[in-house]
Amino acid sequence: MGKLKLKEHVITREWCKGCGICVHFCPKQVLELDDQDKVFAARREDCICCELCELRCPDLAIEIETEQGSE
Amino acid sequence: MAIKDYIRERFFPHIWCPGCGHGTVMNSLLRAIESLGMSKNEIVMVSGIGCSSRISGYVDFHTLHTIHGRALAFATGVKLSRPELNLIVPMGDGDALAIGGNHFIHAARRNIDITAIVMNNRIYGMTGGQFSPLSGYGTMATTAPYSNIDHAFDTVELAIAAGATFVARSTSYHVKQLSKILRDAILHEGFSVVEVLSQCPTYFGRKNRLGSAVDMMEQYKNDTTPIGSKAKKENPDLIERGIFVQKEMPEYCVEYDKIIEKAMKGN
Ligand SMILES: Cc1ncc(C[n+]2csc(CCOP(=O)(O)OP(=O)(O)O)c2C)c(N)n1
Ligand code: SF4
Ligand SMILES: [Mg+2]
Repeated sequence: MGKLKLKEHVITREWCKGCGICVHFCPKQVLELDDQDKVFAARREDCICCELCELRCPDLAIEIETEQGSE
Repeated sequence: MAIKDYIRERFFPHIWCPGCGHGTVMNSLLRAIESLGMSKNEIVMVSGIGCSSRISGYVDFHTLHTIHGRALAFATGVKLSRPELNLIVPMGDGDALAIGGNHFIHAARRNIDITAIVMNNRIYGMTGGQFSPLSGYGTMATTAPYSNIDHAFDTVELAIAAGATFVARSTSYHVKQLSKILRDAILHEGFSVVEVLSQCPTYFGRKNRLGSAVDMMEQYKNDTTPIGSKAKKENPDLIERGIFVQKEMPEYCVEYDKIIEKAMKGN
């Protein structure tokens, strides 16, 4: 069985208040705020699934969904 | 269970300001509870009044939203009548240590099995930015426009002196440590105090020109250090994080049961 890999950044837009905590502290600069100040995964391929965005989000607005890798 | 199974989704988005550390404290607490595999029915959360105290509305446990400063008194009553339940009492710094200071020291002294969380943003957030006993000398607040001349309590030292048997500190930046500490605090049999530095960008941050929530979390990263670290010896101003005290002492409800037994025997 392979390593866990990213399936999706699950974002609850209505809960996101655009504080930018996840954007700033993401070690791989994966996240950005859009023109409505809501988070989105701008560079999803760089995500290492550390889940720090999910753990620090004060609004419970972002979740890292993973799946089993192929190799 | 996923952490969303432990919340009342119908009340989200929550009332806290963008970037308020209190949301992150809730996040870490939910993860601690999830990692313990606890059921919602075995937890009672009791809170007082304040932005921090609003947490009891969002979690799907047994919850009591009581009066300012008195959450520990209500929690003591619940615990004595249903000692098998796990009591968690999140409080603001004003709630816990200004109006509630007396309840705090006496709950600690009795060693009743309650997990007290002090969500320390160094200000009265809910009422608009008055200084609290944790603001500290030289800070600005709406009630200290020329700067505060009151010195702060050190929550950790106070809790230890009052007799708490588990005492720890972390921050809203150090979420993995925070979750682990909250987990240990819940498991501890006796009075546990966890102080969490939690940013209020709206009042403490703005009044003291500390920048955004992100900037305030950067300060938690830079201004704190693990207990007993080399960095602390070189820079005594750093605030220590970790578990300061974890010891066994007779727990209050257990002792009370013994008294009942004695009284029933009539000797
Ligand atoms: C008996 C009583 N006194 C005063 C108040 C007004 N009051 C409400 S919240 C609060 C302080 C809130 O500060 P803190 O406990 O630090 O919580 P925060 O809002 O910062 O999370 C005060 C003084 C009250 N509700 N009840
Ligand atoms: S006033 Fe401060 S403590 Fe209250 S919700 Fe806003 S940021 Fe949080
Ligand atoms: Mg406060």
